[in-house]
Amino acid sequence: MSSKAEILKKIKQNQPEISTDLPDLDLLNSENPNVLETYKTVLKNIGGESVEVANYIEILDFIRKNYALDRRIITTIPELSEVASLNWKNDDPHSLQDVELAIIKGHFGVAENSAIWVTDDILGQRVAPFIAQYLAIIINKSDILATMQLAYKKIGNQEYGFGTFIAGPSKTADIEQSLVLGAHGARGLIVFLLD
Amino acid sequence: MSSEKIISHSEASTRFNKDVERVNWHDETLWFVREKRDKAANLIPDWELLRETASQIKHNVLSNIHDYLVEFEANAQKNGITVHWAADAKEHNEIVHSIMAKHDVKQMVKSKSMLTEECHLNDYLAEKGIEVIDSDLGEYIVQLRKEPPSHIVLPAIHLKKEDVSETFHEHLGTEKGNFNPQYLTESARQSLRNTFLTRKVALTGVNFAVAETGEFVVCTNEGNADMGAHLADVHIACMGFEKLIPQRKHLGVFLRLLARSATGQPITTFSSHFKKPRDGQEMHIVIVDNGRSTQLGREDFRNSLKCIRCGACMNTCPVYRRSGGHSYHNAVAGPIGSILAPNLDMSKNADLPFASTLCGSCTNVCPVKIDIHDQLYKWRQVLVKEGHTPAAKTIAMKTMATVLANPTVFNIAGKSGRFVMKNIPGMVNNKMNKWYDQREMPEVPEESFREWYKKNSRESKAKDNE
Repeated sequence: MSSKAEILKKIKQNQPEISTDLPDLDLLNSENPNVLETYKTVLKNIGGESVEVANYIEILDFIRKNYALDRRIITTIPELSEVASLNWKNDDPHSLQDVELAIIKGHFGVAENSAIWVTDDILGQRVAPFIAQYLAIIINKSDILATMQLAYKKIGNQEYGFGTFIAGPSKTADIEQSLVLGAHGARGLIVFLLD
Repeated sequence: MSSEKIISHSEASTRFNKDVERVNWHDETLWFVREKRDKAANLIPDWELLRETASQIKHNVLSNIHDYLVEFEANAQKNGITVHWAADAKEHNEIVHSIMAKHDVKQMVKSKSMLTEECHLNDYLAEKGIEVIDSDLGEYIVQLRKEPPSHIVLPAIHLKKEDVSETFHEHLGTEKGNFNPQYLTESARQSLRNTFLTRKVALTGVNFAVAETGEFVVCTNEGNADMGAHLADVHIACMGFEKLIPQRKHLGVFLRLLARSATGQPITTFSSHFKKPRDGQEMHIVIVDNGRSTQLGREDFRNSLKCIRCGACMNTCPVYRRSGGHSYHNAVAGPIGSILAPNLDMSKNADLPFASTLCGSCTNVCPVKIDIHDQLYKWRQVLVKEGHTPAAKTIAMKTMATVLANPTVFNIAGKSGRFVMKNIPGMVNNKMNKWYDQREMPEVPEESFREWYKKNSRESKAKDNE
């Protein structure tokens, strides 16, 4: 007998006979009257930074003021082509190793943990938000949900090959519990909250 | 006992306790993490309902795991993922090696996977001439030191920054005596970045696998699993079959609980959902049994399979905090490890269910409501019945049972005990008697409670007044 058949047979024999129903997730509370404020506070607490902007021109200004434009900046957003390259999506992912800043869009944010949902169709390349030294993500202020329950309701049956929640910059506390930002992924995360 | 020499938990923790300052630090640091967990939990108004919901989902999984596994495999295959099944650690290691061999690759980058620790994959691959680099910072540190992780979430929690500095100086050429965690982390980042960029095969663990969609989720703070997986030609993900959950929406429940319970963070930095390989990439999942189906059949212990590996039970455990992860001689330490390990090897791990005060703190913090301390107690019954406990303990327990069952014997034992403690203390206060280890005994009372009661009860006083 193959291992698969053997494992499944033993599981069938040993699993409890009485099955219980799956719980109703709608009983969990998802109320939050001020998701924007919660989002900003939580993001700050986990080492990220939020910037409220009215339009893409303000984002361009912010990038020009705060990042070295002679370093490699990539984006998926045509409105930002003045400061960032759009032409990298079909390159070998290893070639992104010298990227200083990646600017991408997120589907939505979650107030309770400041996570942003992104999928490969808007990432350009899967590795992009991880390999860049710094990361900036743009979300609409109106696209902030209170909890993860609502997040998965919104995701529903969305089709993707890869998707991830990103909450703050990459970090570690593996040396004596001292928090260090920038473990392997981005050293800093800016979230542009668009009107 | 098995041929391999195992140092018992009590002996190993005696050694760990020799460095008083370090033990105190270890104790306080883990308690600090526990407190962060409390703060995070208190911010969620219906935290208890969330725990109950997670527990109910996992209950449902235990009863239907056969069907969910079949569903998961079919969906994963539809997504273009190759699914393998391993009955035990050996088969798991062979499968991983065969994938490496097929691609003729001799190097692997690995993110955190307690399952591969359980299967001793690194040692197996090293024998086959394959170099494995663990990329989680804590795991990287302990790997360089040729030690196992001492905690499932905080692998290097037994080390001080001075130890890490020494290790990095030796292996990475960092400045001697530079203890700055920022500097040390940056050095590891530089070194491991090169590893990520050059490895063709990446192995990751799995936090959750979704039957409904065939996708799996990997959670990290460092981004190391993603750096490895998205740059490699081949991604291998290894999971114990109990990682399954029924539907995608259930991730909402578990992702809310996992990091808050583990470290007090609202969520890990990255919660990555792998559904399909990227163009040109190969993706494999290895589903492992290795004793889990046996545990599923043990009614008293099957709930241990609900575990989501957050480590909250370790951080809160007074025994773990003061004995260190290595004293548990098992890939998963602490309270949860102590109920999982006897299932793998009863004789080798017979000491672990006794490494507990049964205070129940583990059960109180468990995000999926596993009755951990009850199971520890139940394992003790099984281990004694099956003859796995040391003879001295068995004799002591039997003697105790005789004394406690017979009032006359109890009386005499009490009297002679008080006499000896008072008049010939050396007979009990010596190295042979474990009760005197690090403990001062109270002053010997003049009389027992029974004697006092005889004199002072209402009946005897009434008699005196007659």
